[in-house]
Amino acid sequence: MERVGCGSCHVIPGIGWPKGKVGPALDGLGRQGLIAGKLPNEPDVLAAYIRNAPALVPGSAMPAMPVSEQEAQDIAAYLYQHGGR
Amino acid sequence: MFDGWPPPVLDPAGPYATSVGLLSWILFGLAAAVLLVVLAALYAALFGRPELQAKVGGKTAIWVGGVAFPVVVLTALLIYGLSLTRHLSDPIRGDELRVRVTGEMWWWRVAYLDAQGREAVQDANELHIPAGRPVVLELQSADVIHSFWVPRLSGKLDMIPGRRNLLRIQADRPGVFGGQCAEYCGGPHALMGFTVVAHEPAQFERLMQARLARLAAAPAAGGSGSQLFQSTGCAACHRIAGTGANGLAGPDLTFVGNRRTLGAGILPNNRGTLMGWIGNSQAIKPNNRMPSYQGLSAEQLTQLATYLENQK
Repeated sequence: MERVGCGSCHVIPGIGWPKGKVGPALDGLGRQGLIAGKLPNEPDVLAAYIRNAPALVPGSAMPAMPVSEQEAQDIAAYLYQHGGR
Repeated sequence: MFDGWPPPVLDPAGPYATSVGLLSWILFGLAAAVLLVVLAALYAALFGRPELQAKVGGKTAIWVGGVAFPVVVLTALLIYGLSLTRHLSDPIRGDELRVRVTGEMWWWRVAYLDAQGREAVQDANELHIPAGRPVVLELQSADVIHSFWVPRLSGKLDMIPGRRNLLRIQADRPGVFGGQCAEYCGGPHALMGFTVVAHEPAQFERLMQARLARLAAAPAAGGSGSQLFQSTGCAACHRIAGTGANGLAGPDLTFVGNRRTLGAGILPNNRGTLMGWIGNSQAIKPNNRMPSYQGLSAEQLTQLATYLENQK
């Protein structure tokens, strides 16, 4: 997450800086019903959304992030673990 | 985090950092040795046999340990240190590549000079150099005192308003070297980073030729992103050579798509971080001089970021 700079847009639990404000804070992601208000909040969906958000939710501000499949899975796992699930 | 960051301070990668690094190690070693001697003397004074206590507290001990020893050691160290680092102040030959680096609150303006000393290529927050040869930096400041420090390539040198300080740096091998402003310059001083990229000389030549060719040619058509860049006001502070964007208050963005970092060496550079920075740079780097553009829609942010990604 530091390598690609997720914190530039999101407040992420466990990351002290940066705490970007363009996207939603992710500290309660695990308890959230939907991703981007549209998709079911499940690990595989979240990982796919991280890799290519515009394909899943057209019009989403979140761009496709330059991470591998495995990295996206790892990020999703981290967010659930630290974001209260 | 990303290549070259955080910069290790005791891992020299060129001749102008090696001598400074060696001197640091000698100082650490010497200081550790003196500390051990002092602690041993303290132990003897507190818990030693009475005759040892008398010796440690005697006049001889004070003259030898308190006066003669420091005078000899410090004088020797001064002479050795000055001769070790003498090459740092060798006269500058004049035929080296020259780059003007200007400290700004809180970023770095970079201008590569041609043989006549004119600013040929403008950039910001990143410096490309050929490996294996010295590069002379003209360090200056646009506002307050900053200090240029790329620990693996040289010692620090202050950037002082109204002065132009010359600093030589050299990387022996290609690589990426992080830097950091080393003189408190207000607000987000801690978020004023820098990147030096050393290339094989031939590759460096190609890079500079490509940039000169880009400056001579018309820029790629930008479409809606380019219009937004004008209408949103970006162009008032930022320059993209060959377009109507000619602002000089902020970093030159002609080659922003090539940079490794954003926000002056602090964020990786991709579409997402561009959008996060444009949309709310104040959350990332509080009090930096770029306002947060919170009025932009997702689509507009995407168009701007896509446009900037393509400025290479």
